[in-house]
Amino acid sequence: MLTFDHVFKRYPDAGEALSDVSFHLDKGEMAFLTGHSGAGKSTLLKLIAMIERSTRGQVLVDGQNLLQMHDRQIPLLRRKLGLIFQDYKLLFDQTVFDNVALPLLVAGLGRHETAKRVRAALDKVGLLSKEKKYPLALSGGEQQRVGIARAVVNKPSIILADEPTGNLDPELSAEIMRLFEQFQQVGVTALIATHDIELISHFEHKVLQLEQGRLK
Amino acid sequence: MKKSTKKHKKAAKYNQKPIVNAYEPIKRHTDTALNNMLQRHISALLASLVRLLKAPFASGLAIIVMAIAIALAGSFYVLVNNAQQLVSTLQTGSQISLFMQQKVSDQQAARLVQELKTHASIAEVVLITKQQALEEFQQYSGFGAALDALSGNPLPAVLQIAPKQTINDATQLGLLLQQLESQPAVEFAQMDMDWVARLQALMQMVSRVVLLLSVLFALAVVFITGNTVRTELQARRDEVIVTKLVGGTNAFIRLPFLYAGFWYGFIAACIAWCIITFMLWLVQAPIAQLSQLYQSQFQLNFLSFSETVLLVFIAAILGVVGAFAVASHQLSLLKPE
Repeated sequence: MLTFDHVFKRYPDAGEALSDVSFHLDKGEMAFLTGHSGAGKSTLLKLIAMIERSTRGQVLVDGQNLLQMHDRQIPLLRRKLGLIFQDYKLLFDQTVFDNVALPLLVAGLGRHETAKRVRAALDKVGLLSKEKKYPLALSGGEQQRVGIARAVVNKPSIILADEPTGNLDPELSAEIMRLFEQFQQVGVTALIATHDIELISHFEHKVLQLEQGRLK
Repeated sequence: MKKSTKKHKKAAKYNQKPIVNAYEPIKRHTDTALNNMLQRHISALLASLVRLLKAPFASGLAIIVMAIAIALAGSFYVLVNNAQQLVSTLQTGSQISLFMQQKVSDQQAARLVQELKTHASIAEVVLITKQQALEEFQQYSGFGAALDALSGNPLPAVLQIAPKQTINDATQLGLLLQQLESQPAVEFAQMDMDWVARLQALMQMVSRVVLLLSVLFALAVVFITGNTVRTELQARRDEVIVTKLVGGTNAFIRLPFLYAGFWYGFIAACIAWCIITFMLWLVQAPIAQLSQLYQSQFQLNFLSFSETVLLVFIAAILGVVGAFAVASHQLSLLKPE
């Protein structure tokens, strides 16, 4: 489902962010990506979402080689991914429902199907009762769950999360991780970047440890 | 649910044994691709209008500037249009007036008309008899009462001669003039200046200048829309980036901005129409007065319905063009980091 093959990423000013990274995740596999800040966790995720392109080496997502991907195809790739961010990246002038509906809207889904799927996703994260609220009226944990609902509403094959629990207390963090496990159990591949070693020690999943741009 | 129970009650009233599902709403499959696209366009159209109305001051100034630019172009157009109408009522080309001698009768003059009509250089001859000349004079000169005091008709018959189009340079016309003046019945011949032709040439130049100015104003509309859209895109930067991250194409993100451009042009043109009409209304009375003093039938032309539609249409298109150019450029720059 997700393959890195001797991937390098070099930034013009900041030097090498990733060097010779190779790994593979099967369909339905869940993995943690750990390392200190600046170790290249975010860069690795950005390569998968085509926010950045690799300098050398191949990244394969669902059998597609990102090296050969044209800029115009990027939106279609991103619709296969569910992205989750540390700062949630919610739109504060839109309701919870509209935030979650955005990926379906851009994919051109009809109103009825959209409403059905948005409610299903909100139900999954336990926020069905808050669909008419605005994000600022929610707690941090709830906001992140809205972000997760938005990430999974389009039934992505891969979930990428960049420090999803960075702003949450341990209890909420564990809850979020269990949510990811639920998606994994229905066949979604999940790659979760976090520096919280204590948290991931409670879960038994593959751990990819980055150190100065290299996998250990 | 409420609705259906109501209907059930109603059904029960008319039909003792209502079939339970007969009044269930038919589930319509409206989620077709075409329908979805239409929904998207309609919601973008309305959303951009709502956004505009919610913050009228943000784009209001830009719209007013656009309206003034459109009104300037539009009023130049109206000005030229009216001037052209005025000029076209004037006769064209050079003309020679042949004043008969006082003793020449209308019959004699008519014979001369027949004779001159066969002349190689003359296109048309119109006879104004003594009587016609008198009536015209009485009607238009303002000396009607003075003429009544005279016993006879002091005015001569006049032949108005239009030379053929081929006779257009000064020497040829001068020759024709001499020839006509040498006729025994003619008192004198007078050539009207071809100022009408000059005026028409001038009008052509003015309308060309107005066209060029309109192009400049159109460009102004494009750039003002573009700039406004750019500001709005910057203000909605986060939304653009999030939309890109969840797989929104540039075309998808651009759409509401194109409709915003459409509304800017549309509203600006409507305001411009009001400005033009108001200005015309202000000058209408003085012009009517002036035209009366010149005994002219001139009537001020306002923008017609089709011209108004065209004005609004062009402005809306210009708005879309400006929005498209800027949004496309900005969206290629705005990337998630």
